[in-house]
Amino acid sequence: MIRLEKRPQPSRLWTIVTPLLAVVLTMVVGGIMFALLGKPPLEAIRTIFWDPLFHPQFAGYSRPQLLVKAGPLILIAIGLSIGFKAGIWNIGAEGQYIMGAVTGAAVGLAFYPSDSVLLFPLMVVAGALGGWAWAMIPAVLKTRLGTNEILVSLMLVYVAENILASASSSWLRNPEGMGFPGSRNFKQWPAVFNDELVANTGMHWGVVAAFIAVIAAYVLMARHIQGFNIRLTGEAPRAARFSGVSPARIVILCLGISGALAGMAGLFEVTGPAGQITIDFNSGYGFTAIIVAFLGRLHPVGILLAGLLMALTYIGGELAQLMLGLPGASIQLFQGMLLFFLLATDVFTNYRIRFAKGELA
Amino acid sequence: MKRRTLLASAALGLALAGAPAFAQDVPKIGFVYVGPVNDGGWSQHHHEAAVKMKEHFGDAIEMIEQESVPEGADAERVLTQMALSGADLIFTTSFGYMDPTINVAAKFPDVKFEHATGYKTAENVSAYSARFYEGRAITGYLAGAMTKSNKIGYIGSFPIPEVIRGINSSFLHAKKANPDVEMSVVWLSTWFDPAKEADATQALLDQGVDVVLAHTDSTAPLSVLEKAGAYGFGQAADMYDYAPEPRLSSIIDEWAPYYIDRVQAVIDGTWESHNSWQGIGDGMVGIGEITGPVPEDVKATAEQMKADIASGAYHPFTGPINKQDGSAWLAEGEVADDGVLAGMDFYVEGLTAEIPN
Repeated sequence: MIRLEKRPQPSRLWTIVTPLLAVVLTMVVGGIMFALLGKPPLEAIRTIFWDPLFHPQFAGYSRPQLLVKAGPLILIAIGLSIGFKAGIWNIGAEGQYIMGAVTGAAVGLAFYPSDSVLLFPLMVVAGALGGWAWAMIPAVLKTRLGTNEILVSLMLVYVAENILASASSSWLRNPEGMGFPGSRNFKQWPAVFNDELVANTGMHWGVVAAFIAVIAAYVLMARHIQGFNIRLTGEAPRAARFSGVSPARIVILCLGISGALAGMAGLFEVTGPAGQITIDFNSGYGFTAIIVAFLGRLHPVGILLAGLLMALTYIGGELAQLMLGLPGASIQLFQGMLLFFLLATDVFTNYRIRFAKGELA
Repeated sequence: MKRRTLLASAALGLALAGAPAFAQDVPKIGFVYVGPVNDGGWSQHHHEAAVKMKEHFGDAIEMIEQESVPEGADAERVLTQMALSGADLIFTTSFGYMDPTINVAAKFPDVKFEHATGYKTAENVSAYSARFYEGRAITGYLAGAMTKSNKIGYIGSFPIPEVIRGINSSFLHAKKANPDVEMSVVWLSTWFDPAKEADATQALLDQGVDVVLAHTDSTAPLSVLEKAGAYGFGQAADMYDYAPEPRLSSIIDEWAPYYIDRVQAVIDGTWESHNSWQGIGDGMVGIGEITGPVPEDVKATAEQMKADIASGAYHPFTGPINKQDGSAWLAEGEVADDGVLAGMDFYVEGLTAEIPN
């Protein structure tokens, strides 16, 4: 008989090993899936994980794209991880991301065609505020009325999607767009275009902000008293209350940070890679960031690596579709496996396997 | 002899040194879809047309496809990777790919692009779209003729010119059949969502509507109409499974002839950028067989209308037509020009609803 025995403390070794194990298991099971689809498994795995970095034809383009794709994921996931540490489950980062983009873009477009250097920073602030305000709805409802922030934040995603649709088809619509939906394109407005800071590196302000967020989150969680309070609230809510930590303040703080970061991510995306507000502007970054946060063990450095890994599977997955004709759904399944195996192997962090008979292990 | 070898090796050298686009033996044709290729709607039709095109040419071409590509930054990356992989011609099959297509095309002047339903073109970017409003004239006429309650409904996706044209065209021709007809419009903010479409159909039925025209792609409205004993039309596909009732006819997207035509042009080296807007006459818009209890005279009129539109004898937007506010738009006998139609953002007189803002 195999028996699971709870460890007195989560294993430090396994905390680091499980993400790697999850990646390996995903490769193995994903490879079997690709083989069943009649595609060469090793080639598919190589295309997903290796080619975006080293393929002679594509890598020059796709390597910088890793940063472009990972930037918003990391920025949002950092914000989410702080709340998750405190046991505050913001599932609606997608909505905060949309509202940040819409608010920031609206503020910018109100000044069109200004070429002031202050405009872009103003838009970043507006984007952060937009996301923050959207996150304050579940926060205030939770602290005042005790509603569940998971449901409220998730439902607000659909509200935000409708606001986005109305923005792109009416009040932010490009007046020169012949009646078609979509705002003006920020790429054609140099004063606010969030371009690559150095050509062909993929580094735009959003990526810079993501790196700053990683460092700031590390300092906050490891060195700052609020970080301690956040962790304490998550791990021992009663103890936190006894030591004078106000649960309401922690809720407001955590949802506020994650909302503001998601909003900024939206603003950097709309003024940079996406270029304009469109009906389908949001492409799921807010939801994928939840996977990134857990894959990175809610640790800032882990999230940085997890964001890059996730971006790699996106870009590699596209190459695999293109070069091997893999169906798009199989790539999504492959990404889903990553989270599945991570959660499955997580058991080993908290439990030890015991073989009851003979006690050989 | 020596000169010939020299030339041959020079040519080989050129081929090797040239852009990857020229290194292939056969033209490589790419397709990018916004939804999964089995969505039962827009993307599936483009995919099926692409497969027909591939069957037509067999090994003379290579085809690559990418599905579920979000519009915006992701599209730009996917298109760039496709161009880098040596594609010669890339079809971008959704409106939201317009700016990404133009941006990527500027970086790859040797790769040709075809963008569906947009309005921007470039030296190496064509725009192509279908005059669905021609088909909507016929389904609108049938709807007007078949309603007993004098109330017909229209399920709209997004208030963009394409859909507004469809609403206006349907309504004008429903009125031709039945001057007392009223039309209710419901907006869903989606192109494909069976549950929402079914709810909208039910809501229209509850208002007393008995014929529903849908601008969304699923068969859900027809299955609701079937239970209620009301009528509807096939959208994007023939949806003949619902004939003879509740499906009275259909508007069918026929992209394959265009794809075959354009790929042939690439093979022949005659491809040139254009802005193409094709209708019933060119075969891009198909009208499904008229079924159900449609009276013979109505059927004959509808078929005559189809023939006249195809031959160019009749334009669905022929004056006198007033705008919703009563101001004159087209004078007696005047025909709408493509520019106004392309950006249409107003209802015609008689529609009571407002375009959502």
